[in-house]
Amino acid sequence: MPENDNAFQAALSLILSLDPVLLGIVTLSLQVSLSAVLVGALIGLPLGAALALWHFPGRGLAVTLLNAFMGLPPVVAGLMIYLLLSRAGPLGSLGLLFTPTAMIIAQTLLVLPIIAALTRDHIGALWEEYREQLHSLRIGRVRAMPGLLWDARFALMTVILAGFGRASAEVGAVLIVGGNIDGVTRVMTTAIALETSKGNLALALGLGLVLLGLVALVNGTAYVIGERARRRLG
Amino acid sequence: MKRSPTLPVIGLIGLGLVATAKASDDHIVLASTTSTENSGLFGAILPTFTEATGIQVRVVAVGTGQAFEIARRGDADSLLVHDRAGEDQFVAEGYATERADVMYNDFVIVGPGDDPAAVGEAEAIDDALQRIATAEAPFASRGDDSGTHRAELRLWQAADITPQGAWYRELGSGMGPTLNTAAAMDAYAMSDRATWAAFDNRQNLELLFEGDDALFNPYGSLLLSAERHPHIKHDLADQWHRWLLSDEGQQAIADFEINGEQLFFPNAE
Repeated sequence: MPENDNAFQAALSLILSLDPVLLGIVTLSLQVSLSAVLVGALIGLPLGAALALWHFPGRGLAVTLLNAFMGLPPVVAGLMIYLLLSRAGPLGSLGLLFTPTAMIIAQTLLVLPIIAALTRDHIGALWEEYREQLHSLRIGRVRAMPGLLWDARFALMTVILAGFGRASAEVGAVLIVGGNIDGVTRVMTTAIALETSKGNLALALGLGLVLLGLVALVNGTAYVIGERARRRLG
Repeated sequence: MKRSPTLPVIGLIGLGLVATAKASDDHIVLASTTSTENSGLFGAILPTFTEATGIQVRVVAVGTGQAFEIARRGDADSLLVHDRAGEDQFVAEGYATERADVMYNDFVIVGPGDDPAAVGEAEAIDDALQRIATAEAPFASRGDDSGTHRAELRLWQAADITPQGAWYRELGSGMGPTLNTAAAMDAYAMSDRATWAAFDNRQNLELLFEGDDALFNPYGSLLLSAERHPHIKHDLADQWHRWLLSDEGQQAIADFEINGEQLFFPNAE
């Protein structure tokens, strides 16, 4: 390990100098991870709620698979998307490999199971609680779903943040499908891996501190918004 | 109605979707090795090329084995690697129509400064490897089917040694991570000169052996076959290939230095 002083100095001077290269990397990191979380939430929230509300044959298997995919190694997710998007693969003609879009797709694959599985948990518990009441009001599952999601919104916010944490922290998937191309697909985590491989440990750790700060900022923003809304309700 | 706390958050997330695509379409994807990228060579020569032609070169830096695979699947427009045997096979298989010498440098043996296997006193590379094997001194091998790894295996074979045992550690990593690991466990390692020169975390590692002709490390540029993969940007890749071989490109390579040391020597014909 390098002297910690140097890493903090590196982080500080990176931030203070507003290095345009760093700004580009930070922007791309946020774009990719936030997009993946958005797509993951748009699919994962209704999917998780549906799994909680409807009983169908094979539901247990679907839930088990979903839970298992929460542990999908990023490098495997990357490899799957690589083979899908490669010119020799089924979606090769789209020419998406080594673009930010490919990185968003790979991270969505990582984020989606987390959001869907945890949503299923929360909505399942709520459904148990309100089931009788909703039945007596003759409100069916389809009509109940938006209301239940809304009721669970604070818990689901945490779920979405967990998904964002997974996306912004992984390096294996974006490295394979993005290629870590300077100025095009280089994000915080791949930049950190690159600097480490060059032996620039202080700079790598400095970049890591910047990434931590960013993730904290996103989480802090979400927390403040959540608290305000809660107070307004109370 | 209560104001939704989630809306601003969704808005924030929505920012992420703002067009991630870049406008410039005049670009090629170049699959190349970590040594050329990590040493800073591309950072030094690509701006010159882009200025001259308007073509942006997007470098995907991986091991040579993976670079071949990327090109074989049609995911790169051009290829710059260092494994002569692999390159010739690639041409023979019809994936590339032309292979040209671009530049060379050499491999070096690095190891702990106190040099327990006395590699520094070796006369030739097979002698150096013999000393490491006899002393069973830790040796960190790339183990990743890269150009450097393939060259290392050829050298062991030429020295009539089958490297195995606890002292021979296959890391399965790139050059930089391998040097990081070698530094941490006081192991010997073989590195290309460029990555070594640009490497910052040497700790006890020192350059111990160099200069044998067998350590010659030539880089070749391959012009990929448009017949195999009609979608690749053949015209732009051809311009890049020709520029590397031109006087201007060769000069740019020769001009690249780290701490006053030239790291790649142009040798196009």
